[in-house]
Amino acid sequence: MAIKQHSVLPGFGLSLGYTLLYLSLIVLLPLSALVIKVTHMEWAAFWHAVTEPRVLASYRVTFGASLIAATLNLVFGLLLAWVLVRYPFPGKRLVDALVDLPFALPTAVAGIALATLYAPNGSIGRWLDPLGIKVAFTPLGIVFALTFITLPFVVRTVQPVLQDLETELEEAAASLGATRWQVFQRVILPTLLPALLTGFALAFARAIGEYGSVIFIAGNMPFVSEITPLMIISKLEQYDYLGATAIALVMLAVSFVMLLVINGLQWWSAKRLGRRK
Amino acid sequence: MTRRASLLAVAFALLSGHALADTTLLNVSYDVMRDFYKDYNPVFAKYYEAKFKDKLTVQQSHGGSSKQARSVIDGLEADVVTMNQSTDIDAIVEKGKQINSGWEKRLPDNASPFSSLQVLIVRKGNPKGIKDWNDLVKPGVQVVVPNPKTSGNGRYTYLAAWGYALKQPGGNDAKARSFVSALFANVPVLDSGGRAATTTFMQRNIGDVLVTFENEAEMIAREFGRGGFEVVYPSVSIDADLPVAVVDKVVDKKGTRKAAEEYLKYLWSPEGQQVAAQNYLRPRDKTVAAKFAKQFPVVKLFTVDEFGGWTKAQNQHFDDGGIYDQIAAANAKN
Repeated sequence: MAIKQHSVLPGFGLSLGYTLLYLSLIVLLPLSALVIKVTHMEWAAFWHAVTEPRVLASYRVTFGASLIAATLNLVFGLLLAWVLVRYPFPGKRLVDALVDLPFALPTAVAGIALATLYAPNGSIGRWLDPLGIKVAFTPLGIVFALTFITLPFVVRTVQPVLQDLETELEEAAASLGATRWQVFQRVILPTLLPALLTGFALAFARAIGEYGSVIFIAGNMPFVSEITPLMIISKLEQYDYLGATAIALVMLAVSFVMLLVINGLQWWSAKRLGRRK
Repeated sequence: MTRRASLLAVAFALLSGHALADTTLLNVSYDVMRDFYKDYNPVFAKYYEAKFKDKLTVQQSHGGSSKQARSVIDGLEADVVTMNQSTDIDAIVEKGKQINSGWEKRLPDNASPFSSLQVLIVRKGNPKGIKDWNDLVKPGVQVVVPNPKTSGNGRYTYLAAWGYALKQPGGNDAKARSFVSALFANVPVLDSGGRAATTTFMQRNIGDVLVTFENEAEMIAREFGRGGFEVVYPSVSIDADLPVAVVDKVVDKKGTRKAAEEYLKYLWSPEGQQVAAQNYLRPRDKTVAAKFAKQFPVVKLFTVDEFGGWTKAQNQHFDDGGIYDQIAAANAKN
């Protein structure tokens, strides 16, 4: 006689159904509309739209700048999280709240503020300009904007893990003769790695799609500082809905593959540490 | 029962905001028309109420011209659209089919109640001595122009420069192309719209010349004061028509056709033309034009018909792979 096995936690069927429905409505529905729209396109036309030299140049700008911004935040986000968790100092709560500000600020405001600061006549730009450093209206400006926008991701993913990390582990390692670097490398970093990767992935994905802030500081010069979302907008300006959708699909596919790879990495690193996900 | 019904009626009246007899129009317009319609709407509402004994409210929606047209195509229930390029209204005719074809014949002047033109805005004292289009291609002169791919304003500038070069002695398409190419090689920043270009020029202090609509120059004066810049009228410029149309499908559904048609027709009345002139839009009405003649220096103008109309110009110059793209690609390589 077959006995139905029940999970200890009740309501699995209901919660799975709810999860699938919610994901379908919120995420899959609009995305599948995108895919369906593209199926109206001839393959040759699709290929032409997504491989135009100008569009290819914009991929380089968007993915390159996003990669740099996410990497910067990987390093400095970790540092920030470390300081916020490990050291008590006056005004800590204030600093902690500041981290989330880039989330709350409308991105256009961020873009305009950064452009104002770093323009050749801006309060920072005027000091950089004589040194030959141009930030606003160059690809460097795009990196600045994206770094600002994606700052909270790494901090907020690493912070809770760091909080749970027992200092006893580090003390034990130290008492066994490990140097500070060894403690960081062998004890702290492996524990933080999954959270770091998640933060990196989120920051990267967010940066790829960013339009509002970048558009004000990029200068938007063809082949130099045009981002892919701008290519989509300029297709729409010509009422070329299909061309715009084609480029959007490419961005979506690339982002999805990258997130998949990073998730895979995370799974691998967790497994290597002998922990189950 | 009756009490419940009356409660319901009260709730309904509260929800709908005003009494049921009122007419509400939605005017979907582009960015820099905000100031004009802010002045025009009350003038029209007063006229309409006096004539038809009906209270009228006009709601405004502003944004980039093509973006606004796309919203209408996608279902934004505009009673009238007021754009800066006829291609935007044509797109609604073709893609959304909410406007019947032949809209430009239903009102005078190709359905464009006023016009503007591209002028050159330079720094105080005109330090680079800019007098005409040919000064913009000189080495060392930086020109701020919005992106022709995303802005009607930028497209007008491109065509104005092209037309200027074409009209020079011995001018031809090849020469015009290299002229426009040299001009865009002097552009340091391509903003996505006209207002953003103004910010780049006035607030970021970038560039020696800003090319934009004549009425935008007046906005700059109101915003930044008249002391910081000078307006230079080139020897020849392009006549920027600013077309308007009733959205047939919407007005027939909402029953607002009469009000919507009156709203647009009144733009041609002396009162409407006066408001336009006060906002530095060139009026069509001869009497009003004479009254404001001091404000509008005479400039030789050509229209987009020089390029075979907007559809053809868009196709040849601004669509993907068009001449503007080729120029941008060649300039990026140098």
